[in-house]
Amino acid sequence: MSGNTTTTEKRKSIFGSNIRQFGILFSLIAIIALFQILTGGLTLSPGNLINLVSQYSYILILAIGMVMVIIAGHIDLSVGSVAAFAGIVVATSMSQWNFPWPLALLFGLLVGAAIGAWQGFWVAYIGVPAFIVTLAGMLIFRGGNQFFGNANTVPVPEGFTVIGAGYLPEVGPTTGYNNLTLLLGFAIAIAIAVREWRARQVQKTMHSDSSPLWASLVKIGLLDAVVIYATFLFAGGRVGTSFPVSGIILGVLVLFYSFVTRNTILGRHIYAVGGNKLAAELSGVNSRRVDFLVMMNMSILSALAGMIFVARAGASGPQDGLSWELDAIAAVFIGGAAVSGGIGTVIGSIVGGLVMAVLNNGLQLLGVGSDLVQIIKGMVLLAAVGVDVWNKSQGRPSIIGLLTRKRKVTDPSTPPPVVRPDAGASETSRPADLPSN
Amino acid sequence: MAAEHVILEMRSITKEFPGVKALSDVSLTVLAGEIHAICGENGAGKSTLMKVLSGVYPYGSYSGDIIFQGAEMRFKDIRSSEAAGIAIIHQELALIPELSITENIFLGNEPTKWGAIDWIGAKRTAYELLARVGLRDDPDTQVKNIGVGKQQLVEIAKALNKSVKVLILDEPTAALNEADSQHLLDLIRGLKGKGISSIMISHKLNEIEQIADSITIIRDGRAIETLDIAADGVNEDRIIRGMVGRSLEGRFPDRTPQIGEVFFEVRDWTVQHPQVSERMVVKGSTLTVRTGEIVGIAGLMGAGRTELAMSIFGRSYGNFISGRIFKDGKEIVLRNVGEAIEHGLAYVSEDRKALGLNLLDDIKRSVVSAKLSKISAGPVVNDAKEYSIAEEYRKNLRIKTPNVEMGVSKLSGGNQQKVVLAKWMFTDPDILILDEPTRGIDVGAKYEIYGIIQALAAQGKGVILISSELPELLGLADRIYTIFEGAITDCIDGADADPETLMKSMTSAKKKVRSI
Ligand SMILES: Nc1ncnc2c1ncn2[C@@H]1O[C@H](COP(=O)(O)OP(=O)(O)OP(=O)(O)O)[C@@H](O)[C@H]1O
Ligand SMILES: [Mg+2]
Repeated sequence: MSGNTTTTEKRKSIFGSNIRQFGILFSLIAIIALFQILTGGLTLSPGNLINLVSQYSYILILAIGMVMVIIAGHIDLSVGSVAAFAGIVVATSMSQWNFPWPLALLFGLLVGAAIGAWQGFWVAYIGVPAFIVTLAGMLIFRGGNQFFGNANTVPVPEGFTVIGAGYLPEVGPTTGYNNLTLLLGFAIAIAIAVREWRARQVQKTMHSDSSPLWASLVKIGLLDAVVIYATFLFAGGRVGTSFPVSGIILGVLVLFYSFVTRNTILGRHIYAVGGNKLAAELSGVNSRRVDFLVMMNMSILSALAGMIFVARAGASGPQDGLSWELDAIAAVFIGGAAVSGGIGTVIGSIVGGLVMAVLNNGLQLLGVGSDLVQIIKGMVLLAAVGVDVWNKSQGRPSIIGLLTRKRKVTDPSTPPPVVRPDAGASETSRPADLPSN
Repeated sequence: MAAEHVILEMRSITKEFPGVKALSDVSLTVLAGEIHAICGENGAGKSTLMKVLSGVYPYGSYSGDIIFQGAEMRFKDIRSSEAAGIAIIHQELALIPELSITENIFLGNEPTKWGAIDWIGAKRTAYELLARVGLRDDPDTQVKNIGVGKQQLVEIAKALNKSVKVLILDEPTAALNEADSQHLLDLIRGLKGKGISSIMISHKLNEIEQIADSITIIRDGRAIETLDIAADGVNEDRIIRGMVGRSLEGRFPDRTPQIGEVFFEVRDWTVQHPQVSERMVVKGSTLTVRTGEIVGIAGLMGAGRTELAMSIFGRSYGNFISGRIFKDGKEIVLRNVGEAIEHGLAYVSEDRKALGLNLLDDIKRSVVSAKLSKISAGPVVNDAKEYSIAEEYRKNLRIKTPNVEMGVSKLSGGNQQKVVLAKWMFTDPDILILDEPTRGIDVGAKYEIYGIIQALAAQGKGVILISSELPELLGLADRIYTIFEGAITDCIDGADADPETLMKSMTSAKKKVRSI
């Protein structure tokens, strides 16, 4: 029964399991290509790309936390205010209390954790909807920022700016490129190949039919081509600039949280609570703890985003983080998350965030005013989610699904039903002991 | 009988889902004013066929023709099939609990007068409709305040309001007790007298034998045969033969119970209603389970069976008032579900969609979801183990699916139930509480599940079986507790029990619980 190959599985073999995400990835590529043409090659120039990463890394960091909040069935409106509050506290800690910057960084994360614990407490243990708790938080921490800094800007010392405005340093022989960026790029390219290879090994033990070799090769080829191309772009920027440190922080976080959401018990519990809270609780999931943790995690990431922003700007101000929550939430939904919870991925949200970022950046390069930029962003959000909802209501996975729908589906042959309970039953009790053998 | 004229014909219907051919070349002919039953195993394609007929799957998403009253129909949604006179009542009722009976009946179809909703007229019509379906409740009652049986009747009233000619009922009696079922069947028979044809899906073959005029049997997406009840002398065994391809010896597998000592005991268990603090849903109940024993719990709907089970299972229902639990001679305290699972309890809910499954998940994730720690190294879940375990259960429980990566929402009802069972078997419980475990399950699969229950008991586990079907309790249980209004009224030895004594204890508060 398991041997029949279907169109879905064929697509899966190249694109991974989430076709929806691939649709967004396609849109991202299309948007990049479009702006590349419209701006006469400016979009994919080293300078712009480097700028793009350092300018949007903090939004993308927020998107990582936000997708987990949204999967769990909540929302967080306070992220911008929390970021601003953490930013000013950290800036003050350095400028007035003379904290060394690494300590200040740690301190900022602790402030985020404390705020998160506060909001998480209301959501998880009192049961106030996250929308309300974080709406309150949005006001409280925005006010907190202005109260703390007397509505002034507070500058940060040179050392601290590395996390927001720093780049991989220049080392080694002169190659005309930034060597560390090259190294990083090649390492990623190799990692992609190794990972795909190992995934194949695992697949072989799991499925009777693993996806064909050519699919893996095409996949590795495509991804590595993109990575290498991007590597040379990032490494070939103006001397002194290269891949931003904030981009590296983002990359590490993406890897870490992808792993958490996909491969850990906590990750499973987040999806379970968002998908069906009652069923999750009846399966032994402590849903309050899950709610608490996602809210707390979100505020920690907000604090980090706030600090990166402050580091980039060189100072913390009263207007920091305004309407960041909207960008983060939009990124998550463009990235395929469901409003009702239970669905969404970290990678999808990053791609969704990149769509917004490239759009923003490209329109700015074209000299489009911020009024039009907002209108266009709003339309894109509506269109992206609208197309998704419509596709779902039609029972189709995606545009690509449409194109390949006509292909023949092999009939799953069922073995003749045999009622043999005694044999069947003693076998069924076996999986319980499986892990031991 | 009505004149032999064909009201509906489905010709060569084929419907594919990605990876599954749910229907291939199925034809169905329904005569005017007949009750046409559709039988088949779980996942055979019965619901799919009815969804095609009622426009849930619109024209173009299947191949084949639907001829209704002599004209070809191309329904694009449920509304268009209703407009033509075909109404479907899904097994999951589609009423809005917060609205009144009247509002539900007229939802999406509100009568207007001068542009405003004519509630007076609506209520008058509602009265008439309710009288037709034999429901005497006030039409202003909120739907959440009436039982499932009555909700079913409201659904039918709603359909009648749309002047149906063909009424489709997908497992209408699965969640009903015997009295409610009987009432519903009488009603369907009454509609037949008024010229309304019904198409009814059911796994309760005795009902079908009782009321159907003809039966179409579907196996693996193909129509195997259509039988005329009267002419072909059809009985349950004949239907089963058609469904599974050969006959079934007996309804319950043979078993020699090997019962040991009492190892699980619930003492003086009292639980308060979660909202109404004066109301005790479980009152001072005591029950014991011995190793290798199957203990039945019989009670009418609303008697507190589920409440008892769920409150034992980590206080997942109501407010705990008093009571103690002993396992293996030691007192255990189960404050939440996690602790209950840790202590080897498992509870298979009667409501698989709301409480048993995350419908967004796939099969393999669902199977392991109640005990992830078993396949994890520290916090990290081992995907390969998860897959192989899910595969194992798929094979052993014969879950009908192309692969275990299929979303559970795409499984047929009976196969979803098997996934829930797998999920709890995976936790390797010592005490397995089953709440209506065979609801919506076909005869063959029922037999298999009975076999599984017996095998678990044979391993020395204790099984607590809650069921509305008395034959099931009588066929499986070694001992049966009866429960009435939250209190245990009797404990009867399986060998001595018969439907009459059970029924008597289920409906009266005589207090003479024998201890063992
Ligand atoms: N949306 C869907 N996507 C994919 N497969 C589906 C979908 N809906 C149903 N199926 C598959 O089609 C087959 C027939 O399902 P259907 O619900 O019609 O069964 P059924 O005869 O009603 O079974 P049951 O008695 O268990 O309710 C099953 O194998 C099921 O997994
Ligand atoms: Mg069905």
